[in-house]
Amino acid sequence: MSHPLRGAAAITGLGITEMGRIYGKSSTDFAVDAVRYALDDSGLKKSEVDGLLINAGITGSQGGGVSLSLQNALGLRNLKLLNHMNAAGSTAAQMVQYATLAINAGMASNVVCVFADAPLREGTSTGQAYGSAGRTSIRPTGVNGLFSTAGYFGANTGYALAARRHMSLYGTTQDQLGAVAVAERAWAVNNTRAQMREPITLDDYHNSRWIIEPLHLLDCCLVSNGAVAVVVSGAEQAKDMQQPPVYIWGMGQGHPGDPRSAGSSPETETGAKIAAETVFSMAGVGPSEIDICELYDCYTYTVIVTLEDYGFCKKGEGGAFVEDGKLGPGGELPTNTGGGQLSSFYMWGMTPMSEAVIQARGQGGIRQVPKNDLVLCTGNGGVLNYHASLVLSPHRN
Amino acid sequence: MTEEIVDKPLPSPSGFAEPFWEAGAEGRLLLIRCKSCNESRVPSSEVCPNCLSVDFEWYEASGLGVIYTYGVMHRLYHPAFEQDLPYNLVVVELQEGPHLPGNIIGIENDALRVGMPVQVVWQKYSDISIPRFQATT
Ligand SMILES: [Zn+2]
Repeated sequence: MSHPLRGAAAITGLGITEMGRIYGKSSTDFAVDAVRYALDDSGLKKSEVDGLLINAGITGSQGGGVSLSLQNALGLRNLKLLNHMNAAGSTAAQMVQYATLAINAGMASNVVCVFADAPLREGTSTGQAYGSAGRTSIRPTGVNGLFSTAGYFGANTGYALAARRHMSLYGTTQDQLGAVAVAERAWAVNNTRAQMREPITLDDYHNSRWIIEPLHLLDCCLVSNGAVAVVVSGAEQAKDMQQPPVYIWGMGQGHPGDPRSAGSSPETETGAKIAAETVFSMAGVGPSEIDICELYDCYTYTVIVTLEDYGFCKKGEGGAFVEDGKLGPGGELPTNTGGGQLSSFYMWGMTPMSEAVIQARGQGGIRQVPKNDLVLCTGNGGVLNYHASLVLSPHRN
Repeated sequence: MTEEIVDKPLPSPSGFAEPFWEAGAEGRLLLIRCKSCNESRVPSSEVCPNCLSVDFEWYEASGLGVIYTYGVMHRLYHPAFEQDLPYNLVVVELQEGPHLPGNIIGIENDALRVGMPVQVVWQKYSDISIPRFQATT
């Protein structure tokens, strides 16, 4: 017997704004645009929206992030569901999960889920937009302050340390990290929305400057101003709407915790492992049945460890798994088919989500993957601390 | 024109972890042992994250451990690190179990390896001593 909520809701609208170094607009301006586009795409009238879930990006904690007042900017009246959520990069998938639950509980009918961010300012570098962690005049008590004393700044550091641990334990190589960057760039070449569309070789990867060893510049995601919104509706309504529905077959989360002590290894065994069990069990499928992966790829390493934790290969074999180019166009496991966060744009969990919707609808144009029956879409936040995922399908059952 | 000297970000030596910093100034590494569940931890919080007990005691640790993981930073995020680039940063797994972040001194960055045995050494700053590590022979 299949899970009662499998296929019970669908993504029925998608809105993507201009992406990248777009100036002169606030996070809220971008969010409003994304919601407008998503409603146009779905064919819904604004008055049919009765739920709104909001995720502010880095501007949510650094100032200027989109807030609950988005409801009024959009003129949404008499909502039955409203929240401002943050579980970092896992939030996008989580918003769709909570929307699905609320719709099936009869609490709402059409829920808009939106992510917006605008950390880039004219004349400042990409690294400056995200690297300010640790720059505080307040002296922390206890040993947690020792991280910045040691020169540990931002997510780059955490992911470099995680990748190094994996490389040492399992023999994962720099070439294998590079293979992820090369494959994703090859997808981005065919995505007009992508910020980076020049093809790259493994040599280009090795020649890109070090950020923090073992991470080169081309191991790290972009930073973008922009917004993405999706609409979630009940399956009964979805089948008669404007766009081909993208049904939600599976939902899962995993947040392993980090005791920072011997015997735990959150750097190499992540929340994806916990989420995999739930998401595949609800969808009634396993990794061998997945046609397309849209994986959160803040760093090349994240893709490798996520593939392992979902069981596409054994623990420790992720590097060898990706090395032959199977993630790229024409490969055996098409992954991050729009170029991902590494090459298209960085909208946290909405980067994989938006491409998953495009591929499941069959609207990928020249980058469309022919077999698109089951799409795995993941979100990851912190330094592999928070994870949520969906299995999506163009088929209701 | 005098150049502005920017200090590295340092923890405060006051608060519940005071015994840790006081012992450090004498070159000794103290850890916390939970009196309820016996788990060791570095002084990151007053409550035991394993059993939520607030009952703990300090004990002197070996100061020995191995490199759990490391990185070599090439990008400047904080002006106080300009002279250090490229600098290493590590997480050390102490013999007693807990992980402690720091830097390895007295070694070429290319010689760093996961699993390398290290010992704590303390470096004095204005009002606090900071644990760093060096390879043991
Ligand atoms: Zn305890």
